[in-house]
Amino acid sequence: MRHWLAGALATALLAAFGCGGGGVADGGERRLTVSAATSLTNAFEEYGADFAPATTRFSFAGSDDLAAQIRQGVKPDVYAAANTKLPEQLYDEGLVGKPVKFAGNRLVIAVPAVPAVGDDINSLRDLGKGAQNLVIGAESVPVGEYTQDLLSRLSPSRSKAIRARVRSEEPDVAGVVGKLTQGAADAGILYITDVAAAGKKMRAIELPPDLQPNVEYAAAVVKGAKEPVVAREFIDGLLSGRGAAALRRAGFEQPQR
Amino acid sequence: MSAGRQRGQRRPGAFRLGLVAALFVVLAFLTLPLVAIFVEAGPGELLSSLDDPSALEALWLSFQATAIALGLVVAFGTPAAWLLATRSFPGRSLAITLVELPLVVPPAVAGIGLLAALGPNGLLGGTLAETGLELVFQTAGVIVALTFVASPFYVRQALAAFGALDPAIIEASRTLGASEARSFARIAVPNALPGLIAGGALAWGRALGEFGATLVFAGSLSGVTQTAPLAIYERFSDDFTGALALSAVLVTLSAVLLLGVKLASHSKVLGSARA
Repeated sequence: MRHWLAGALATALLAAFGCGGGGVADGGERRLTVSAATSLTNAFEEYGADFAPATTRFSFAGSDDLAAQIRQGVKPDVYAAANTKLPEQLYDEGLVGKPVKFAGNRLVIAVPAVPAVGDDINSLRDLGKGAQNLVIGAESVPVGEYTQDLLSRLSPSRSKAIRARVRSEEPDVAGVVGKLTQGAADAGILYITDVAAAGKKMRAIELPPDLQPNVEYAAAVVKGAKEPVVAREFIDGLLSGRGAAALRRAGFEQPQR
Repeated sequence: MSAGRQRGQRRPGAFRLGLVAALFVVLAFLTLPLVAIFVEAGPGELLSSLDDPSALEALWLSFQATAIALGLVVAFGTPAAWLLATRSFPGRSLAITLVELPLVVPPAVAGIGLLAALGPNGLLGGTLAETGLELVFQTAGVIVALTFVASPFYVRQALAAFGALDPAIIEASRTLGASEARSFARIAVPNALPGLIAGGALAWGRALGEFGATLVFAGSLSGVTQTAPLAIYERFSDDFTGALALSAVLVTLSAVLLLGVKLASHSKVLGSARA
């Protein structure tokens, strides 16, 4: 009886806490955990399905939230962010290895494919007029930080007019995409890859090149990763190989050297 | 045999030990995260990071939105629960199940559903636009989301409270010539009050913690739609202490609400003892 109870208790504890441990899955197969920016979802899922060295498990969220998790002691194998600032900060704090730039992206104005009547937005100049509902990323998430960078390069009156029409600051790009595809907002600031991933539901309006922020993605192996070697292979594949190919197909650009 | 008796004596001991161990695991598991919120940063640090206009704004917005949502839930939920508790009609069980459904619907799904129903492209989007009522990106949308997720907590409890009333006291007031409206207001509601208060407190607690439906349906903008849970999520990435401080406020409020429920159910015991 006592053995039975002890066994049951041990099993319950294992079930409750066991899922966090062990890089090697039941079948002896290697398992790689990747914390990645939400904007990488499509490209990484495609790459992950082809990734031979290990079974990949992804955790997609705002790069800032994933960094906060790592600061709280969460240890994925790979951290891939939509900027270089967050991985560099974690590197300086000794939490991840040296970050590697692996992709570039472009900020665009995203509008629903079927705009609301009278809300024709065709360039940055059309933004911040009339009764527009705009949606951007919160300042803590990279897409929001790039957006603030863009707005700071406009004249004070222009950026004020745009800011006054912002109705929601979403925690990641998925929130901005959802508000646009549901027709709740008239325009949002997103990456070109987000618009491409939404198929025909959205249209991208390019920004003037001199206002385009430098959007760069960087990845690093997390200190204390269970699969550091496979994690390195995963990041190498983002620079050349299947990962790079998946990124190009999703619309990501080569990183600047 | 003595071996059999021995085993018979040992069994309750081992079993009791197992029960105690299980209770210990349950308590440790459930209280540790809440204790950690207060321990991770000291009380001084928590208090000083609450001295932030946007944190106070989020708490104030949460207070206003949950209070209005609770008012709506009580105003519509009380008569609806009375009808469900006192009548039997075809489809009554179905109606009760539908009322309870939001309990098990994931909050993000509730947000998607609200957007599909009341969003600009939603089922009633055109009708709402004609009336000029805007919900998405507005505090009104937050209130709608809170009302949706919190309603079942109150209606269920109200249904149980009305159902537990002694039919004889209602009948007595009716025989004495009171209308149904009068016996509902003067007899049923006062007698079911402890249960109604408990339901209201649970609904309020649920509304206070609402996150997913609000974010998906109403968005997140400081001072307009960013309630305390949304402000906690925003702080999580760059101001962990600020997130802990707001969390500590919500945990304290929830504990007070729970205490209120306990006191309300206690007074029910006293009330029936007096009766």
